Amino acid sequence: MLASATEGAIVLLNSPYSPEEVWDQLPLHFQQIVHKKKLKLFVVDAYAVAKETGMGGRMNTILQTCFFAISKVLPADTAIAAIKKAIKKTYGKRGEAVVQKNIAAVDASLARLKEVQIPDRTNGKPAPALISDAAPEFVRTTLRQIIAEEGDLLPVSALPADGTFPSATSQWEKRGLALQVPVWDPEVCIQCGKCVMVCPHATIRSKIIPKDAVANAPEGFLTTKAKWKEIPDSLFTIQVAVEDCTGCTLCVEVCPAKNRSQTNRKAINMEEMPPIREQGRKYWDFFLDAPDLPESQHLPLNLVRNIQTRRPLFEFSGACAGCGETPYVKLVSQIYGDRALIANATGCSSIYGGNLPTTPWAKNADGRGPAWSNSLFEDNAEFGFGMRITLNQHIVHATRLLKVMQEQLGVDLIAGILAADQSNDHGIAAQRTRIVQLKEKLQKINTPQAKDLFSIADNLVKKSVWIMGGDGWAYDIGYGGLDHVLAQGLNVNILVLDTQVYSNTGGQSSKATPLGAVAKFAASGKRTGRKDIGLMAISYGNIYVAQVAMGADDAHTLRAFQEAEAYEGPSLIIAYSHCIAHGIIMEHGLKHQKMAVQSGAWPLYRYNPALKDQGKNPFTLDSKAPTIPLKEYMQEEGRFRILAQGNPEASRMLTERAQAENEQKLHLFQRMAASATAVEAAAQPTI
Amino acid sequence: MTDLSTSYLGLKLANPIVPSASPLSRNIVNLKRLEDSGAAAVVLYSLFEEQINYDSQLLGEILDQGTQTFAESLSYLPDMQDYNVGPNQYLELIHKAKKEIHIPIIASLNGSTLGNWVDYSEKIAAAGADALELNIYRIVANPNLSSLEAEKQYLDIIAAVKNKIRIPVSVKLSPFFTSLPQFIRDLSTRDVDGMVLFNRFYQADINLEEMEIVHRVNYSTSADLLLPLRWAALLHGQTPLDIAISSGVHTHEDVLKSILVGANVAMMASELLVNGVSRITTILRDLEKWMTEHEFESISQMRGSMSIRSVKDPEKYERAQYLRVLDSYKPPYSPSFAG
Repeated sequence: MLASATEGAIVLLNSPYSPEEVWDQLPLHFQQIVHKKKLKLFVVDAYAVAKETGMGGRMNTILQTCFFAISKVLPADTAIAAIKKAIKKTYGKRGEAVVQKNIAAVDASLARLKEVQIPDRTNGKPAPALISDAAPEFVRTTLRQIIAEEGDLLPVSALPADGTFPSATSQWEKRGLALQVPVWDPEVCIQCGKCVMVCPHATIRSKIIPKDAVANAPEGFLTTKAKWKEIPDSLFTIQVAVEDCTGCTLCVEVCPAKNRSQTNRKAINMEEMPPIREQGRKYWDFFLDAPDLPESQHLPLNLVRNIQTRRPLFEFSGACAGCGETPYVKLVSQIYGDRALIANATGCSSIYGGNLPTTPWAKNADGRGPAWSNSLFEDNAEFGFGMRITLNQHIVHATRLLKVMQEQLGVDLIAGILAADQSNDHGIAAQRTRIVQLKEKLQKINTPQAKDLFSIADNLVKKSVWIMGGDGWAYDIGYGGLDHVLAQGLNVNILVLDTQVYSNTGGQSSKATPLGAVAKFAASGKRTGRKDIGLMAISYGNIYVAQVAMGADDAHTLRAFQEAEAYEGPSLIIAYSHCIAHGIIMEHGLKHQKMAVQSGAWPLYRYNPALKDQGKNPFTLDSKAPTIPLKEYMQEEGRFRILAQGNPEASRMLTERAQAENEQKLHLFQRMAASATAVEAAAQPTI
Repeated sequence: MTDLSTSYLGLKLANPIVPSASPLSRNIVNLKRLEDSGAAAVVLYSLFEEQINYDSQLLGEILDQGTQTFAESLSYLPDMQDYNVGPNQYLELIHKAKKEIHIPIIASLNGSTLGNWVDYSEKIAAAGADALELNIYRIVANPNLSSLEAEKQYLDIIAAVKNKIRIPVSVKLSPFFTSLPQFIRDLSTRDVDGMVLFNRFYQADINLEEMEIVHRVNYSTSADLLLPLRWAALLHGQTPLDIAISSGVHTHEDVLKSILVGANVAMMASELLVNGVSRITTILRDLEKWMTEHEFESISQMRGSMSIRSVKDPEKYERAQYLRVLDSYKPPYSPSFAG
């Protein structure tokens, strides 16, 4: 940070410490440079200024004011007057309260900005290591340099020749972002797993631990008796990666357990992070290393609380705090993670999923994890489809080789591999064991056939192909390919992380944007309704389709994911993902999901073609009739509200139309749910 | 011909029925319906200082959220040309109402700080409102604030408003004053023109399943009329301020009782919200019928005829616990109650 500072340069530090305290908190290296270059040091507690003036987490007005006050690029008075003038111009139309808040922040910044009298002493501690010594070499060298913002200095030879980056590296980049982090209260906890399920960054996790495994736990490591009848003598714990948490508070919001003596406290409560950072790190390391239950005691994966004791293989991504997409991505990684092949469209999910320097896709204790790659916006469905075809071809080829070589490899082993039932975890684990045996045998045979089979043998363990991306990909730019892939009838799972807007590029309207919502390219409110991609897919008749919203019904979401994977054909899951581009306060994201369902804006349903074989209606409408008017949901979201504030007439007209169209759509779904011939019902041009 | 006319805040009104501040007066269509149904004047829905600030703050927050943090997307929502976050929408409604309907328009302002009350009241007067109702809505929970200081804060705000505007001003009051008559006397020294008895506070309730506080809007019933009736009866004739009764007016009998204790007008909202604005027409018809049957010539003739100054047993208004009422109570039969 200080490398480019010239002698006598001025440094502005945003710190919670006072001018008298801050010096002793600085790392030794920093103190030495300040002395050597004779730097001037100023300190401001921008967080405190933001808090006391109602600026929330927004620092720019505060730090900009401090910059002009000390940099002297303009006379300070002139600069401050110009800032206040700019505030009135920029924020005037948002109302007097916003203007006053910003002006108060300017004044408070100046009041709190202090020069640090530099002491002669250099008593700082060594700066904490950017990357732990325990990290793999590639992380300690190449990735470390990128994290240190020195990537330009890397030689080309430091990068992987084929562009394949190792996974599970985000765990080494400790960002320490949150000022407050969740802390678990085992006395209040009902062990429902909801906090773990909704965590966008996999920083709050639960585990069931054998009782004897906590003998060496660090002091203060909290556990409680696991409330599962099947495993009466086990312990349950929830732990938080305090250095990876973004402080979004979704876990607190979703927690249904209230402290009976103090209803403003739950089983999860936000507490100051710095005092618990060190011990939190110890607890987290112990938690990661603590053994899971033996396989014989593995819990069935049909319940949220059970699945949420499974290690996620998607962690610490760079997604926004409170992201509505990543909990779905993480869920895929928990259920199918170590045998998932993922084709990821360009968009938010490709940026947080595979952006340098580190990768959130991770590995389990056996070193296995998902294989992930990102393709273009316009061909991702085809890209994933290619993975499926390749996989199928490998299986066909491997099967042929197994049969040719069965005498050499053992007839029983080969028969076991070919007849394996891989419909559940136990069956898959048994197949893995057989493949290990197969590969051991193949290594001892020095023929081209054996080498060929060795290279593709792993494909004989059931894989799960997931094609994922946002609505910009699925509804718009990649729609032609998506539709084509759906129509091919092969077994792929398509997950649409539907934020109803192009999120990554800054909120442009997509065909998923609902009627009346304001977005870029629809600044006067979108005049057409959301394309119903679910109904379009249903009209094929052989595609599993589900519309889900985790914040409204997490059990429904889990069920849909499992049914989609179990269906031997194409599946499409459309997952409502709250987003910063909705103009909502992100900590209330789950409430917004709930309201979307309660108002009928986002009905929950499943269309499972497999049910037709059983003589049942494949379509199930899983959400109840609306309990709140659509308008109430719309009023709660900025994307609709700003139209009401900017153009009330248009807002009224579009809201009325949206309500009418919504009711029509709900009637259609209700008829489909009541009808035995749902495909025909969907095909009727009633909308 | 029975004369239903009355006056309130210096305004000549055709009858004593005035719809009080409610969502009914949020748009010009409903205002016309109220006029057509026979309302003599209308109090507009309240302009809340807190709401204006909240709308503005929320707008700022959602437009700023996540901006300038990621190079590919420096913002997430388009910034509109203008936003209707201030009192403009309210002022436009006053302006429009004055052009399109003919009954007096009384604006209603609900606030808590000196600066904004004054600013908004000036704008309301300039927009053409015939009068202004100041709604003092405050729960004093601070143990360091004495009742005298709290009352002084009210009076300071009211004085500041009265100094700035020329249109008549009424004050909608809480019933929870230790000495209401003294406070009313203080109001009259600030040249306040009328008082509205009383504000109905939204009470916090508890949702037992969720263990959460919920706010609910409870409609009034005729039983709620008794509190303002008593106070109007006690205050009538003691103060130059006009009196509006504004809780529990649902029927022509309620209107009659209000007038009898000295009110200039009877204000209603719950009845109209539940049973429709056409109730005004029915109540006016019933009111006139009753007055004809009982040979009353005019509203002014009956006003105050049952206030404390005019009844034969005034102590009935003043006793809080009246022994004979308590003694005369007969509980419904119950085997477990040894009556």
